[in-house]
Amino acid sequence: MSIDRETVDHVALLARLALTEKEREQLRDQLSGILEHINLMSEADTSQVPATAHVLPLRNVMAEDQPRPSVDPDLLLENAPSREGDFIRVRAVLDDAE
Amino acid sequence: MADLWQITVSEAAELLRRREISAVELTRAHLDRIEQVEGSVRAFVTVTDTEALRQAERVDELRRENAELGPLAGIPLALKDVLCTRGIRTTCSSRILEHFIPPYDATVVKRLRAAHTVTLGKTNMDEFAMGSSTENSAFFPTRNPWDLERVPGGSSGGSAAAVAAGEAMASLGSDTGGSVRQPGALTNTVALKPTYGRVSRFGLIAFASSLDQIGPFTRSARDAALMMQAIAGYDPLDSTSLDAPVPDYLAALTGDIKGLRVGVPQEYMVEGVQPGVRAVIERAIKTLESLGAEVGECSLPHTKYGIAAYYIIAPAECSANLARYDGVKYTTSTRDLSGGIVEMMSKTRAEGFGAEVKRRIMLGTYALSSGYYDAYYLKAEKVRTLIKQDFDRAFERFDVLLGPTTPDVAFKFGAKTADPYAMYLNDVFTIPANLAGIAGLSMPGGFSEGLPVGVHLIGPALGEATLLRVADAFEQATDYHTQSPQIAVKKGRKR
Repeated sequence: MSIDRETVDHVALLARLALTEKEREQLRDQLSGILEHINLMSEADTSQVPATAHVLPLRNVMAEDQPRPSVDPDLLLENAPSREGDFIRVRAVLDDAE
Repeated sequence: MADLWQITVSEAAELLRRREISAVELTRAHLDRIEQVEGSVRAFVTVTDTEALRQAERVDELRRENAELGPLAGIPLALKDVLCTRGIRTTCSSRILEHFIPPYDATVVKRLRAAHTVTLGKTNMDEFAMGSSTENSAFFPTRNPWDLERVPGGSSGGSAAAVAAGEAMASLGSDTGGSVRQPGALTNTVALKPTYGRVSRFGLIAFASSLDQIGPFTRSARDAALMMQAIAGYDPLDSTSLDAPVPDYLAALTGDIKGLRVGVPQEYMVEGVQPGVRAVIERAIKTLESLGAEVGECSLPHTKYGIAAYYIIAPAECSANLARYDGVKYTTSTRDLSGGIVEMMSKTRAEGFGAEVKRRIMLGTYALSSGYYDAYYLKAEKVRTLIKQDFDRAFERFDVLLGPTTPDVAFKFGAKTADPYAMYLNDVFTIPANLAGIAGLSMPGGFSEGLPVGVHLIGPALGEATLLRVADAFEQATDYHTQSPQIAVKKGRKR
């Protein structure tokens, strides 16, 4: 399946990537090319098999409910680009037109 | 005697134990070697020399106090820059994490610290472990010590090159589709991808969580066994960690492979395999037969769908994992503040990610988006089941499977950057083991046109001990693993 420009724009928005015009054109061609190879999968008969999301037979791994020291908030917050006290500072969320 | 940077971990451990050398001497020898060749190889993003010498001094002190020390105490190692190291910058070779200082250690790092190893630094990689050449590093490409005009493989190219060049005695990488085994093959190192869940992923910066696994690079199977002994085991901090006993890997190295059943998948000896590589594999088969192994042909009929399934599953998981880099939490944020929060996030990500990472995020987001999920993601997960069943059937008849790690030897810079799919084909033989969650090892098997060729051994889940036993037996009958590259020495880079 080939990908059109509209799809690239839509996916870029979903992925939160502000791509340039040139990148969008390139990705349209490259993704179409890659998907052409990937479509080989459709040949495989998968009618009799379940999906494998994960190779381990694990279900709902629970941790013991025991208090233990957590990472120092100061250390964690040091990596934030913008900080105010014990909070990460972000731009206004509700103003956004999206 | 050989220089200290040339010997193996096992040899160094013995010298340290007998106090013939000190950990400081051993560490200095490696820091000097880094100084000497790093200008040519460029394996490291960060060299932590001061910290390394401090750790080495501490080991020497402990030894003077007659403390109980394991075989890795004082051994200088390198860590792929995808592993979180407390207080030491961890970049994933990406602009978006260029200034990230992890507040905690990955579990493997914690375990190595507990074993008193010495950390020399953090190694270069393809950005976020996406690539097969280390050309996708946002900082610089790493060069193959065997030929500086060729790639070392990837994504763990820095970790592989460091060990091959004698800049570190051993290193850790991560393998999502071949990122340990492929660079191992291209640099003549022993490279192991353990069973999914065998080694904790806590603190490994996530690429594709159902496929990622940490593994060692070494210059012998014995050294790989020592590394595995230190890093394998259950970790409550990783919910996908396997709660299974860890065997004595050293004890498994009996040198005896009589009666071992080795299967050669016909799909791994196809036309695309370069003749020089094929010759090495055929010779390796003869060597194993001469050691008493019983070799037979087998089939993994769904191999040809492996890359296709992988390039849906891995990008899908990566698109979710990399959503966290939004300009809010991780150091780097756009300076362009003209729009709202969605613009801020989109610009930060566009500026912070390289071309391959963007490509995979786009591919994964597309595959998971409404209307395409069944055709791509669900289909890929069903193909994954078929591939797993291929292996289940093969392991009913064979103990290990053998083939080439890669179809070709190391390629030149730029040879595969124009066509993303050509680059993806490097991993055709390594991807299936990740999809099935089983163990794989690449060992030095010989040379083609002066460049290393890796022999790929695949084992069932928790088959690491068997793979190490085969590799060790093979090493006793051959000397390929002892060959090291001649590196033209340039002026070292400033540290």
